[in-house]
Amino acid sequence: MSTVPRFWRHIPQRYNLVGTHCKNCDEYYFPPRTICPTCRRAARMEDHKFRGEGEVVTFTTIYNATDDFKRQTPYNLAIIELSEGPRLTGQVICSPSEIEIGMRVRPVFRILGKDGDRGIIYYGTKFVPAGGPI
Amino acid sequence: MPAGIVSYGAYIPRYRIRAEEIARVWGEREDMARSLNVFQKSVPDLDEDAVTIAVEASRNAVKRASVDPARIGAIYAGSESHPYAVKPTATIVGEAIGVDHQLTAADFEFACKAGTAAVQACLGLVSANLIDLGLAIGTDTSQGAPGDALEYTAAAGGAAFIIGREDLAAEIEGFYSFTTDTPDFWRREGMAYPEHGGRFTGEPGYFKHVTSATLGLLAKMKTGPEDYDYAVFHQPNGKFPERVAKRLGFSRDQIEPGLVVPWIGNTYSGSSLIGLAATLDVASPGERILLASFGSGAGSDAFSIRVRDAIDEIRDRAPKVRDYFEDVVYLDYAVYAKHKGKLRL
Ligand SMILES: [Zn+2]
Repeated sequence: MSTVPRFWRHIPQRYNLVGTHCKNCDEYYFPPRTICPTCRRAARMEDHKFRGEGEVVTFTTIYNATDDFKRQTPYNLAIIELSEGPRLTGQVICSPSEIEIGMRVRPVFRILGKDGDRGIIYYGTKFVPAGGPI
Repeated sequence: MPAGIVSYGAYIPRYRIRAEEIARVWGEREDMARSLNVFQKSVPDLDEDAVTIAVEASRNAVKRASVDPARIGAIYAGSESHPYAVKPTATIVGEAIGVDHQLTAADFEFACKAGTAAVQACLGLVSANLIDLGLAIGTDTSQGAPGDALEYTAAAGGAAFIIGREDLAAEIEGFYSFTTDTPDFWRREGMAYPEHGGRFTGEPGYFKHVTSATLGLLAKMKTGPEDYDYAVFHQPNGKFPERVAKRLGFSRDQIEPGLVVPWIGNTYSGSSLIGLAATLDVASPGERILLASFGSGAGSDAFSIRVRDAIDEIRDRAPKVRDYFEDVVYLDYAVYAKHKGKLRL
């Protein structure tokens, strides 16, 4: 149950990839930072909603997972570089043979996990290959 | 003041299972695909549910007309497969599309017609000038018990409509509803699969209600079938809408653009609204659409809709319904059962 408030606080970043942007040095941050490590006291931070388009930097395919994720195996976990610069870890939904380094991706809204049969359902952002018919 | 559809969006999951694959597993000898006119149905991914489908459809609607989500004053989400028994689908959708938090929201349930009931509620608030824009959603990931006739059709998908007074892509000229207490199909709290009165509940359920609502609308609008370029009827299978259209005097050509059930199955609360979205994908300014939903239990909402000039500007800015017919992935029954979590045999 202790994870519920933690999820709650992170809803904007999980649902809509809301991070931050420093107007002083034009650097983007995800997850959001309250201070810019480059500019420190000169930083001018604002919220920034990332478009969610990016590129696969590297990836791994998970074949064995804990109970919560077993039903989804095999699945691809990737480091994605967003168009604005920051990198994040996310699931890329496609067959393991389809994913490759440099592949363009776009965001989709999916279930990230469930806290058993009684607990909360965690929703958020995953990625799919970009450039299909949709 | 006229009110209607400012924008719309649809979403259908990428996976499909063919009717013949389901028939193979159950040793069904009858050609179910042909007798239902449903050749395949959509299947949600393991991490999709009525909420994620509603979010994708709503994001498409926001994108299509570049709507500022802060203008949305009401969200009503219609479904019979809300993932939570208590905790609204509508609030998750609101957060995911980035609304300002000054809005009212609720989930609706009325078998397959909760989505059109949501359209009516938004239309009321918008017409009375109580809100600027309303978001009405029909979304479902429907289940049929393994081996039941419903298993050939119960599918997943959704559509979202932004209702307002200005910049209309289509005006809703009027609606007429017909509702009775008819136990043709139901699911009790806590049960995984619905129950139904068998194959012969079509007449007192679907046909009686869709016919009554449509005839009521035509009388109210002083129109006839010939005054409409298109008609969309709820699509529990591919036969019922064809039959009801014929009985009411609508042609095959009028229902064709909106008849999506042969390729995606019955998306329940999404069904008639995805049919309307598919029709708006091809309709021209000035053309008229008749829409009639159906929900077991039972009721039908019929709408008279006139397409406006703005449709041509917004149409191509978000995926069309038939875009979701391409690039699909076919599942065999074993993988399909895993997708549906179908282990309760
Ligand atoms: Zn900085």
